[in-house]
Amino acid sequence: MRLLRKGIFMLCGVALACHRRPPPAPPAQAGSTVLRDARVHQAAPSRVNGEWTKVAGDDQNTRYSPLAQIDAGNVARLDVAWSFKTGIERGHEAAPLVVGSMLYIVTPFPNRVHAFDLTHPGAPPRWTYQPPNEPRAQGVACCDVVNRGAAYDEGRVFFNTLDDHTIALDAATGKELWNTKLGDVNRGETMTMAPLVVQGRVLVGNSGGELGVRGWLTALDAATGAIVWRAYSTGPDEDVLIGSEFQPFYPQDRGKDLGATSWPPERWKLGGGTVWGFVSYDPELDLIFYGTGNPGPWNGEQRTGANKWTSGIFARRPETGHAVWFYQYSPHDVFDYDGVNESVLVDVDTAAGLRRLLFHADRNGYLYVLDRATGEVLSATAFGHITTSHGVDTKTGLIAYVPEKEPHVGATVHDICPASPGAKDWQPMAWSPKTHLLYIPHNNLCQDEEGMEANYVAGTPYVGAAVKMRAGPGGKRGEFAAWDPLAAKQVWHIEEEFPVWSGALATASNLVFYGTMDGRFKAVDAQSGKLLWQHQLDSGVIGQPVAFRAPDGKEYVAVLSGVGGWAGVIVPAKLDASDPTGALGFLNAMRDLPSRTKAGGTLYVFGLP
Amino acid sequence: MTGRSSLLAGLALALALTACRREERRFSEPQVLVARRERAVAPPSSEPVAAFVDNAWSVSEGQRLFGWYNCAGCHSLAGGGGMGPPLRDATWIYGGSPEEIHRTIVEGRPNGMPEFGSRVPDYQIWQLVAYVLSLSGRLRQDVEPGRPEAIALGQPPAMTYEKKPVPANKGTHP
Repeated sequence: MRLLRKGIFMLCGVALACHRRPPPAPPAQAGSTVLRDARVHQAAPSRVNGEWTKVAGDDQNTRYSPLAQIDAGNVARLDVAWSFKTGIERGHEAAPLVVGSMLYIVTPFPNRVHAFDLTHPGAPPRWTYQPPNEPRAQGVACCDVVNRGAAYDEGRVFFNTLDDHTIALDAATGKELWNTKLGDVNRGETMTMAPLVVQGRVLVGNSGGELGVRGWLTALDAATGAIVWRAYSTGPDEDVLIGSEFQPFYPQDRGKDLGATSWPPERWKLGGGTVWGFVSYDPELDLIFYGTGNPGPWNGEQRTGANKWTSGIFARRPETGHAVWFYQYSPHDVFDYDGVNESVLVDVDTAAGLRRLLFHADRNGYLYVLDRATGEVLSATAFGHITTSHGVDTKTGLIAYVPEKEPHVGATVHDICPASPGAKDWQPMAWSPKTHLLYIPHNNLCQDEEGMEANYVAGTPYVGAAVKMRAGPGGKRGEFAAWDPLAAKQVWHIEEEFPVWSGALATASNLVFYGTMDGRFKAVDAQSGKLLWQHQLDSGVIGQPVAFRAPDGKEYVAVLSGVGGWAGVIVPAKLDASDPTGALGFLNAMRDLPSRTKAGGTLYVFGLP
Repeated sequence: MTGRSSLLAGLALALALTACRREERRFSEPQVLVARRERAVAPPSSEPVAAFVDNAWSVSEGQRLFGWYNCAGCHSLAGGGGMGPPLRDATWIYGGSPEEIHRTIVEGRPNGMPEFGSRVPDYQIWQLVAYVLSLSGRLRQDVEPGRPEAIALGQPPAMTYEKKPVPANKGTHP
């Protein structure tokens, strides 16, 4: 029966009509003609005071620090200046913030916020805030109970809770200023992303793409917490805030109510497209940029169509939320290739003048260079091992899938690369305006998958896939790469045993920092990738390193340790790796992690003696 | 084209089209938004617990329901865990007796386990209990389920339920 089914499936492939796929595109081009003679535009430094007031350091999401005290010559002497145990042993994915003389962190659930006073030796805690919470939120968090950080603006600290509240605190005292409930854990909704504040609006999105949650981005009034607008990722134009301003670059994104009509009837209501990555902002174009998550369920047979506006990127007006353009990285995604990975905004000078670009390393394995004014794809180059598609046609914007790799109910498809967490998941890359390179923490994973029919039970997973992941070619599960986005090529790379699930940080002294899941925090040379320093921490690193100058005038580098997240949840949740499909299939690839690190949760601040 | 080859081509096309319909699953019925109660004849409620947990049919029904009610979504197909805790090991956060497992499913637990008492008939909950017990190798071998509803993935041994000895020091975890 199985053989017969396989035979029928092959015939189906021959008949093509089953798949409605574009013909294979030529392999991804190595840089477009537009970019060939482009030069990075040298912008005035956006930050000079040594603070780190946004998770990514700036609105452009560069994760670049202009500080240079710690350099290749002295980094070997870098040591722990002070540390703080959070007392919560789950995945710590957040970035610390430094504003004035205070350092702020937000923990995984139960989402405590700690403020430390940097004017005193040892940085004693100034205040701690513990929000009220619903413990059952833990049961609907797909991938550990993480939080990716807070935001700061005009004396207020903003953060999201796993149980769907956005809360504003007085940055000086920790007093709650407002608390707005935005979602419902009973429907599987959670919030894990770090807000971005733009023009007095706090931009926040939801998580839950594995639970039939309908994704949205919401703007709150920073002063009052009132909802100013909400833009859904699926459904009719009215809900998606698509109106007269909407001018997508490619024809497949033009038309009425595509967020509803590109689905079987009503399916968009459970369709995912959650917004849990980082938001970028370009004040000159007056646009915000953010990605949308995977369509739900993973089983694509239950949702024929392009499934807009999932697995893509929106450009919107921060004031009204109105969509200006959209591009879909993975139309009708069937692999859990969320489009949420961060967009790094960089300008280049070309013969035709200034061009505003956006760099994005997608789960689907391509490093995209987009014109961020229009949404045009200028190049899309494989930065990881890909078997699920042939390439991206920059003329049409369409990815050419490999039909044989599409999972079906009752059939097992082997060697799906990248695996569901993608060639790169949420772990944010850094951009150095000095080296003109991106520093990409990423994964090298493949998987086998069997489609299953997903049954919607509110507040439980809505996936429809049995997955088993393993290392990709070469046998190493992670890589840290330096990438030249204009030349569209890798410059150097470092192989890592485990997926590199931490963020990256680049500094003006040409150092790049990142951490490994087995707890090593590293500094490497930005030009060569040469390892200059490493320090063993108490638990694996999946947090976002930041650099700041304290009131004592010295530069420090801070990072949270605490292994977990989707990749590392086996450790804190003590999952049983004898079931390879556990943790949505990630368990199979991470069986050895518990023997290499232990659960933890510590803020480390490193400085020179 | 000869008559014979066009006949063959026609047959192939017909088969291909049928195959398409076969592969193209129809979901014309609106999807239920809450778990459906399955209509079946419930066994008498006075049935002792042993009748369920020592019953191969119950265990195999429990295995099916474990997927149907999305238990597998959180605890994984073979109980390795993910969003929810693993069920293959010797740790029982809320107690590992059949009655305690039953209560956990019926009432839910505060840290994320939903209550299923209002959506699943009681006899099916007992069948789920039987299957959960089988995951950690706590049932008689002759009532254990056969091939699980999970991907074989070319490595059958990985997906057969490996017998793990149940340690004496229950309730602790390394």
